[in-house]
Amino acid sequence: MSAEFVQLSLVPLLIGTLAAMACAVPGNFLVLRRQALMGDAISHVVLPGIVAAFLITGRVSTWPMMLGAAGAAVVAVVIIELIRRIGRVEPGAAMGVTFTAMFAGGVLLLEQSDTSAVHLDVEHALYGNLESLVWLAADGWASLGDRAALADLPPELLRMGMAAALVLALTALFWRPLKIATFDEGFARSQGIPVRLLGFGLVVVAAIAAVAAFDAVGSIIVIAMFICPPAAARLMTNSLERQLGWSMVFAALAAILGYVLAGYGPGWIGSPHAVSASGMIATISGLILALACLFGPARSRLSAPSEP
Amino acid sequence: MTALIDALLLRNGYNAALVAIGAAVLGASAGATGTFLVLRKRALVSDAVSHATLPGICLAFIAMTALGGDGRNLAGLMLGSAATAGLGLVLVEWITRRTRLAEDAAIGAVLSVFFGFGVVLLTVIQNLPTGKQAGLQGFLLGSTAGMLYSEALLIAFGGALAAAAILVLRRPMTMVAFDPGYAATAGVPVRTVDLAMMGLVMAITVIGLKIVGLVLIVALLIIPAVAARFWTERSGHVAAIAAAIGGLSGYVGVALSASAPKLPTGPMVVLTCFALFVISLLMAPARGILARALRHRRFQIAVHRRQGLLALAHGEPVIEPLTLRILRRAGLIRADGVVTEAGRAQAAKALIDARRYEIARRMHHEEAIAGRLVGLEPIETVLTPDEIRVIDQRLGVPRSV
Repeated sequence: MSAEFVQLSLVPLLIGTLAAMACAVPGNFLVLRRQALMGDAISHVVLPGIVAAFLITGRVSTWPMMLGAAGAAVVAVVIIELIRRIGRVEPGAAMGVTFTAMFAGGVLLLEQSDTSAVHLDVEHALYGNLESLVWLAADGWASLGDRAALADLPPELLRMGMAAALVLALTALFWRPLKIATFDEGFARSQGIPVRLLGFGLVVVAAIAAVAAFDAVGSIIVIAMFICPPAAARLMTNSLERQLGWSMVFAALAAILGYVLAGYGPGWIGSPHAVSASGMIATISGLILALACLFGPARSRLSAPSEP
Repeated sequence: MTALIDALLLRNGYNAALVAIGAAVLGASAGATGTFLVLRKRALVSDAVSHATLPGICLAFIAMTALGGDGRNLAGLMLGSAATAGLGLVLVEWITRRTRLAEDAAIGAVLSVFFGFGVVLLTVIQNLPTGKQAGLQGFLLGSTAGMLYSEALLIAFGGALAAAAILVLRRPMTMVAFDPGYAATAGVPVRTVDLAMMGLVMAITVIGLKIVGLVLIVALLIIPAVAARFWTERSGHVAAIAAAIGGLSGYVGVALSASAPKLPTGPMVVLTCFALFVISLLMAPARGILARALRHRRFQIAVHRRQGLLALAHGEPVIEPLTLRILRRAGLIRADGVVTEAGRAQAAKALIDARRYEIARRMHHEEAIAGRLVGLEPIETVLTPDEIRVIDQRLGVPRSV
């Protein structure tokens, strides 16, 4: 059992948890700044970039895909800004125009190109292949000390770990200005904090987390983790520090519970087939949010009347 | 190419023609509804609604197969999808109302969680003995290949029904979209109209599942409305133009998709729509980029011409290269910079007009504020001969220049 666990489940569990936490951390600020749908938009627009990178290099390799995704994100930001300025429409509509069109372009590129040899298709883009990230060389917990076995770890683990570390480090580094700018932009500006630059940096960090997670686990987890754990955490406390802590706990909880339920849950009710781990993780995060909506100690607006 | 022309001319058989017409009607309904949605600033709520259809589709499939029927019955799948889409919509409203989370967080949460749960159900269905050929993946991005006659009929009929509902509701929806407060005082039941609007969005999502797919249907609601904004400033016209753009996208997109393999229907419809959007952005006469650039250029030339003529009238040298070029091209100065006979006459006229405008601005304050007396046009095109005569009396006798 334990050898099988290390071989088949340990790595997906770790990747899922890291991905969930890497997305949840910037998600806290996105939810507070009412930019929650940024994660949705980012995870749609990176698709054409990733496919284009694949078509140019002919391989599924990390850095070109990251670059392609980043390029697509920049193009999207420019188009959104252009439509907003020229068309004078609300940002939500400008975003809707851009990300749907770019996603459609990505799907068309994908269908037109011959990607049957590699694992790159629309389903993969939407819900990833967390279950397939197994560590074949492992034969038990002892493998964690075995160099040869460690070299065989799926590269997604290292990539996701690095992305999560980067996101955490940047958040810690810019904690004070980010916090001030999120709650009181005017005050932040008067203190000499470059508010616009900081906002842009936040989107870039979110994009890094999204692209790294997208590659490993698909876009549903990305969108769910940007929003559900931070939103649930927001209903638990009024302090941003504690909110961040809660959101990371919720993200990890959703990832672990979701993975375990998807992999082993069907077996408990007598079905031999596992279900989608990404989908289950998103579902669990939704259940956590639902519980927070019903029982969270800080769930209601304090004095504000309900909006019309 | 001939395949595309055949598809566009509805020569690919009765079914394909029905699908193309159904897609056109659906696109038109989506474009018109989307206009009100975008005006009401609720464009992305429809994204939550459309993603929330997935678990409903799967549950309907499971229920229908469990009851021994055909799991792929489109009417049943539509009914199921409408049920969870409605639940998603209610949850977005409930979260926004009852907790301190903003609407965007509620939208994102419902969208991702419902879709995630739908994916779980999809994998459950794949493992069912009957689920292998369920083909439910087609609902993600739309697929019209091999559509049954009854399904095409259902889609065309549903689209027509939605269009009829829009025609009936267009006045109250316009009022609510522009000014809910005024609409309420005018006796329009705002909440009911909002509900009806979201009901329409739901209906369009459900009807569009088979053609555009649930991931991209939101594009058909948003893009035509935003594109139509470039063509006109009037709300009624925006809805009509958006309907035309949406209808054209649905029709051409389905035809394109049918003309060759590996052209998925949903993305083709959306990309056609986006192409029309880009054309609108560039070419629309009211607010397009090209029209704006032309207007700006005309204004620039008029200003340079007037300033140049005034300089000539005062006997000052003209140095600015663009001004020189404009005056030279109009034959007002010669290549070496010497004023021509025509130039002298025009300069005198410009000087008098400038003085007349000065007085006119003092006499007609409101019009000066409204920007009619900027002074770039010859004054007789702006004021009547009588008005000019009054101004000239104040001006005194015109002097020769």
